[in-house]
Amino acid sequence: MTVASIEALPVCLALLAAWGLIGLAGLARPSGLALVSRVLFPLGALCGLALAVVAVASIAQPTEQQVLLIGLPDLPLHVRRDALTSVFLFLLGAASVGISIFSAGYFRAGEGAAPGLLCLQYHLFLASMGFVLLADDAYGFMVSWETMALASYFLVTTQHRIPDIRRAGFLYLLIAHMGAIAILLSFGVMQGGSWQFTFDAMRAATLSPAWAAVAFLLALFGFGAKAGLVPLHVWLPEAHPAAPSPVSALMSGVMLKTALYGTLRITFDLLGHPAWWWGLVPVALGLFTAVYGVVFAAAQTDMKRLLAFSSIENIGILFTGVGLTIVFLGVGMHAPAALAFIAVLYHAINHAFMKSLLFLGTGSVLHATGERNLGKLGGLIHRMPWVAWLTLIGALAIAGLPPLNGFVSEWLLLQAFLSAHEVPKSFVNMLLPLGAAIIALAAALAGYVMVKFFGVIFLGQPREASLSQAHDAGWMERIGLAWLAAGCVALGLMPTQVIALLSLIPKQLGIIDAMPVSSTWWHLVPVAGRQAAYAPLVFLLAMASTVALTVLLVSVFYHRRIRRSAPWDCGFGRLDARMQDTAEGFGQPIRHIFLPFFDMQRELPTPFDRAPHYRVSIGDRFWRLLYLPLAKLVQRIAEAVAWLQQGRISTYLLYSFVTLLVLLGLVL
Amino acid sequence: MNPLHWLTQFLQVLAALAAAPLFVGWINQCRAWLQNKSAPSMLQPYRGLRKLFYKDAVLATHASQLFRIAPYIVFGAMVSAAAVIPSLGTRLPFSDAADAIALVGLFAVARVFISLAAMDVGTAFGTLGARREMLVGFLAEPALLMVIFVASLISASTALPAISEGLATRTLALYPSLAFTGVAFVLVLLAENARIPVDNPATHLELTMIHEAMLLEYSARHLALMEWAAALKLFNYACIGFALFLPWGAATGAAPNPVVVLASVPILAIKLASAGAVLALIETISAKLRVFRAPEFLATAFLLAVLGLLVHLLLGA
Repeated sequence: MTVASIEALPVCLALLAAWGLIGLAGLARPSGLALVSRVLFPLGALCGLALAVVAVASIAQPTEQQVLLIGLPDLPLHVRRDALTSVFLFLLGAASVGISIFSAGYFRAGEGAAPGLLCLQYHLFLASMGFVLLADDAYGFMVSWETMALASYFLVTTQHRIPDIRRAGFLYLLIAHMGAIAILLSFGVMQGGSWQFTFDAMRAATLSPAWAAVAFLLALFGFGAKAGLVPLHVWLPEAHPAAPSPVSALMSGVMLKTALYGTLRITFDLLGHPAWWWGLVPVALGLFTAVYGVVFAAAQTDMKRLLAFSSIENIGILFTGVGLTIVFLGVGMHAPAALAFIAVLYHAINHAFMKSLLFLGTGSVLHATGERNLGKLGGLIHRMPWVAWLTLIGALAIAGLPPLNGFVSEWLLLQAFLSAHEVPKSFVNMLLPLGAAIIALAAALAGYVMVKFFGVIFLGQPREASLSQAHDAGWMERIGLAWLAAGCVALGLMPTQVIALLSLIPKQLGIIDAMPVSSTWWHLVPVAGRQAAYAPLVFLLAMASTVALTVLLVSVFYHRRIRRSAPWDCGFGRLDARMQDTAEGFGQPIRHIFLPFFDMQRELPTPFDRAPHYRVSIGDRFWRLLYLPLAKLVQRIAEAVAWLQQGRISTYLLYSFVTLLVLLGLVL
Repeated sequence: MNPLHWLTQFLQVLAALAAAPLFVGWINQCRAWLQNKSAPSMLQPYRGLRKLFYKDAVLATHASQLFRIAPYIVFGAMVSAAAVIPSLGTRLPFSDAADAIALVGLFAVARVFISLAAMDVGTAFGTLGARREMLVGFLAEPALLMVIFVASLISASTALPAISEGLATRTLALYPSLAFTGVAFVLVLLAENARIPVDNPATHLELTMIHEAMLLEYSARHLALMEWAAALKLFNYACIGFALFLPWGAATGAAPNPVVVLASVPILAIKLASAGAVLALIETISAKLRVFRAPEFLATAFLLAVLGLLVHLLLGA
């Protein structure tokens, strides 16, 4: 009982408080960069590392609860740490290590807000995400949830002098608050008439099936808005690219996962016994979101928007997994439910590493070239080898290629789908397996997107002359990138160890009481009795030894001579960088195949144009179909209500008088 | 583990490496017969490889390291795939490392690296080929996964050996789901291996080529590895087809008879010979599609595979 007796909860709280203090320390010299980048961000990374270590060590520990005597009178804060919290704390801590180290080398004076202020917002953002995970009452949850939204809003609008960024920030804040209202209402439903807003009271409350469904759907709406589930995704591709790259990484990699955490917490813990049909909603939305996100990602020409859409795709995959878990659990198929649940957690952790890595990579490119437009990049692997090779790992991982981590979670999800035909509900058992086809399509498209992303930025010839001045990232940035890349590799090569830890969570939540995934230490088997296996270490070893053997044999039996010459130009004689395929070109087949998805406007030159100009803009159909009509409706209602405001004091006195009369009538 | 299994494993990789170029030669021979032409010797692919290995490698001036290591990775992926697919025996020591989904992932690794390498030099053809290859790939990959998914549902496993053994021991009948997926698989095979009607391995016509466009900048040993890998890929796809749709003849069971192991080699040869003839026939009677029509061709494959899944779920067969 040496390790077990360590209480993790106070340590976690202390580390979150330390993040807050580090942030405040940034205010000591708000405009100076040295303190922030040499001391505070590295200290923040250390806190993150400690948090990750504590979180992993505490996964197997029993649940801890504590009441903090801060907050309003008679309304103390409840905090609680269980296995689910630990997993997400690990995700937060581990991803933030890489991002904080990278930030230490990234932020510069004179770019938008002052460094000290950025430091405060950044660490407040981290700490509030931690408190969201630890909160054990609705009050504490909402306060930290709002702190998180506001801190990230200010980070998004770091460069607030640009009107587009202000607009993106406003859209983000608006949808975040629509979501927050839905979450608040969901808590209101879940207290079940006890008017106690601690999570314990909600666990104990018994809701009628209809009210439980209402609570679930409200939570799904609220957290879906934060996660970027279609059709509530419109803010994400605006806000994530607008932020500085480390913040984009934090938002895409970590903040979206707090929304997933909230969904899991409410569905599987607070509500407890989800009905099977609830799962169909997130499955349908998730599958649509996955394809929608990746199709739009393929059509983008801005590297950060491309990644933001790729985040939407991954959120879709995650919510598909959540829905699948609910369906399996609702019909009493516990082993597949646990498998899908583990797939969701695994993918959440994977995505935190992969997406943070890619966003940080774009940050380095942005600093080196000042360019976000894919059409003006190219050939950077020669100028920035560190960034290029580390980003390649992230790109391959997110494309779902073995033996990296993205493949493992998709493999687990597909294995879970393989049980979907056993669901004892007619129609559902036929339609649900088709979800596997859609997941497979999204995964394959992700490969397309990543070849475009990496190939256009780092390979080929530089499309602008200025790119030859690009410099590789500094060593702090390299360490940050390398940390995340190492995470991608480690999570890919050691799935059994990760799953052994993750399987504690469905156990603790009461989804299943046995290990769902049977495996030896190197060899993964999804469900006991099903013959299917994946051993990434053997896999990697086999590939590596084949490659090494081939290199050896070729150089022993033949030779290793190399000559350099200009690429073949078909006798044309004037190959230049403009002849390479562009990002638009790469998007063309996708625009062609998935035409109904896009709201596309094109300007084509005529043969007689003196200065021919080609322009294509890709809009989101949801703007025209959903948001603009909604905005119009709100406007109209507002105008109707405005009639009440006559602007004369006598009318207002009349209102007061009538109100008084009505109240008197009610009382008497 | 039975030493016979290790022997089978070794034999299988060796057979794949040795026979893959011959398989290509055989298809060319069959096609020449069908088209009333005289074909080069069936050993021509070997001579081509040998010649290429002896030549000096010429690299474009601004080719990066990625361009140089890609052929080795692509080749390594194809050899690993050949080790996993149960073509001679089903109880292979290595088959536990990767199930059918991982196998599809292995093909994806090769595809992504070959495309990235094609983009590396930054010529018009290379990037064009890379884009088209990924286009074909993103449609073919889910179709292949669905084909495998149907087979997995039937035998309750995603491990190819288990699928193959399960299918081999079923009563012989025409299963509608397998018929649909079989057609889908053939379409995927044609598209993924750059055969007519999606691509034409025999021409270098700029506007239509996919696979050759990506290899334009390769020479000597790098080109040899890429071509060998392409031959291996075709061989592997054929073997996946046998494992799913003609699963008889491979050595099965925990302790197979050595005679069966030895007999599996000529059986595989017969299967390959007939598959090659059928492929040549398909290529002779069909015309090359425009590149823009390729997505429709592959969407058909995807839908057929999904249809196979639905049919299986509806009829249970």
